[in-house]
Amino acid sequence: MVTFRNLAALFRYRGLIQTLVVRDLKARYRGSVLGFFWSFFNPLMLLLIYTFVFTKVMPGIHPPEMEPYALFMFCGILPWTWFASSLLESSNTLIAGGNLIKKVMFPAEVLPIVTVLANMVHFFLGLPILVAFLLYYQRSVGVLEVLWFPVIVLVQLAFTIGLALFVSALTVHFRDLKDLLANFVQFWFFATPIIYPMHLAPADMAWLLNLNPMTHIMRSYQQVLFFDGPLGHQKPLALVGLLSIAVFLVGYFVFDRLRDSFAEEV
Amino acid sequence: MTPAIDVINVSKVYRRYARKRQFATLKSAILDGSLLADLKPDETFQALRNVSFSVPKGCTYGVIGSNGSGKSTLLKCVAGITRPTEGDVKVDGRISALIELGAGFHPEISGRENIFINGIMLGLTKKEIQHRFDEIVEFAEMQDFIDAPVKTYSSGMYMRLGFAVAVHVDPEVLLVDEVLAVGDQSFTHKCLDKFAEFRRRNKSILLVTHSLDLVEKFCDVAHWLNKGVTKGEGDPKRVVAAYVMDVEDVEENTLAKAEAVRVAASAKEISTANAPDDTGANVGANFGSPGVETGEGPAAEEGPRDGFKSEEGRWGTREVEITNVTISGPNGDAGHVFQSGESIQVRMDVTSKEKITDFVFGLGLFNADNVCVYGTNTNLEEFQPTEIDGSAIVTFTIDKLDLVEGTYRLDLAAHKADGYPYDYHRLLYTFRVKSRIRDVGIYRPDHSWSFEGGIKFSDQR
Repeated sequence: MVTFRNLAALFRYRGLIQTLVVRDLKARYRGSVLGFFWSFFNPLMLLLIYTFVFTKVMPGIHPPEMEPYALFMFCGILPWTWFASSLLESSNTLIAGGNLIKKVMFPAEVLPIVTVLANMVHFFLGLPILVAFLLYYQRSVGVLEVLWFPVIVLVQLAFTIGLALFVSALTVHFRDLKDLLANFVQFWFFATPIIYPMHLAPADMAWLLNLNPMTHIMRSYQQVLFFDGPLGHQKPLALVGLLSIAVFLVGYFVFDRLRDSFAEEV
Repeated sequence: MTPAIDVINVSKVYRRYARKRQFATLKSAILDGSLLADLKPDETFQALRNVSFSVPKGCTYGVIGSNGSGKSTLLKCVAGITRPTEGDVKVDGRISALIELGAGFHPEISGRENIFINGIMLGLTKKEIQHRFDEIVEFAEMQDFIDAPVKTYSSGMYMRLGFAVAVHVDPEVLLVDEVLAVGDQSFTHKCLDKFAEFRRRNKSILLVTHSLDLVEKFCDVAHWLNKGVTKGEGDPKRVVAAYVMDVEDVEENTLAKAEAVRVAASAKEISTANAPDDTGANVGANFGSPGVETGEGPAAEEGPRDGFKSEEGRWGTREVEITNVTISGPNGDAGHVFQSGESIQVRMDVTSKEKITDFVFGLGLFNADNVCVYGTNTNLEEFQPTEIDGSAIVTFTIDKLDLVEGTYRLDLAAHKADGYPYDYHRLLYTFRVKSRIRDVGIYRPDHSWSFEGGIKFSDQR
């Protein structure tokens, strides 16, 4: 099938993808005083704000076993930021790269993938802050749990790239998808247990939350990083993993089908 | 030997949508329930129709044609940017397309980094770029600025760098879309030299251009597209000549159509004797009297036609009427496009309802800037009018149309010796003068060059 031949070609573009990710990262903070430091600074500020709000402004809003609450939220918000900004940026990436698609023979799928990967690097750059706070609060993170971490990242990566391909291809045809998406992502954020723990969600809503793939990805992060004890969320994660591969393939298929229209529509 | 480029029966259909695409949104699509309908084209536009050709290795192949003839679409199909709707394109070897120079340069990062990224996009490896880096920078004449961010570059620098990277990809097939205007003279020469080098190394070039000179001088084969259809292919001189002829025909038709509309419109205007009055009315007479240049007298302000200086129109009593005007070339055929140096005739069919004894026929010739190139009339040239009655023919002949290339317009008039207009045709007639020589000015005196002593020219082109 043509789609799979194209998919295989994706591997050949790894040099190009790598170069473009580096370019993206370099360009993003070029000309700003703090440069790459922003990648640390943004999540750090976020964490400090949450800490302030939940220990000074609204203490006692959460059960005592969830202390420190800001750290709990941070475990989810950091990977969510990667997910959300990847989707939002990828909706614009083909249009912004219109020159490449129209004027150069350029594999268009590289653009949304680069967006997702660049945001992943930002996510990684935020991790030291998380680790520092984990150490500060003396959370115990087992070796086995740490090994699970890259697995979760891979699942999220496949899921995000699949959606990003889908979104970027459709935005070419429907420009307002961008605005729609911003609202949708906001809604999705609250429909995912990130700023509240799953067990505090209303029981009759639990099935709904469980249908959301991001719930399981986020809960896995929380299990690994925040909660004590062995992981305990492998099964749903495995299912989401399979789903992510399906999402990736469907996303790529849709992208591939619409590919020929890009040069004319962008 | 397989050809470098093989284009087989290529057709390209663009889809057009009834609604403006920018306003077709997902929201409206869902609200109207027209999601699927919106993805379907309402209309199609055929940009290319069954175009076939092949470019052998080492051949420089030029594609010419007027705007919208499908040249760029063809190039995009060959480059693989768009896929042909029907047919097949086969390219043997690495392609580099000079379609948009510097596409993909990121403004925030340095020229150095952009060279690498651009090179990788064009299919080079890091090592290959490293190897050619100095050559690229030198070719682009960018040694001093290579580490500055690209956003600080002038557009010329940007283009030069883009060009330099693209030609140093070392393609087997180079696609060029009208990009030779990227730099100053010396850079253009450098580009041409680079193309010549490509030819020597048996690489193929597909060139899309409006510069017919370039095609004649440079290409082995020319291909003429018109509205997506091949109109001719073969020896560049022959194809270019055929193309130029066709362009003249088209211009001829548009000029003729526009003129017909103007004349028809002006004929409908109510002819009143007092309309635009004397000053402007007597073309020829005015040129005799100093200070009254083309309607700068009082008439221009007080007359009903304020802006009459440049406005076309027709007025007069029609006691003597110019019923028909034809301009014809040396072979006697009426036309609107003439070669510089040919003879032309302006023929006026005139009628008068009764016997008239006071009449002057005049003619004024204006260029596109509305400068009067020449004006005269029968009175100035001392023809004594005796009488005109019934129909007659007045012919004005220019033996040698010594004008530079451009568009010219004519005033034709019949009036009394004192300027009282019978029938005044202001700027109603247009013709184009074509010339092989790109000289400038408003008038080409009969001239020649001669050289003596230690001076030499090689043969003229």
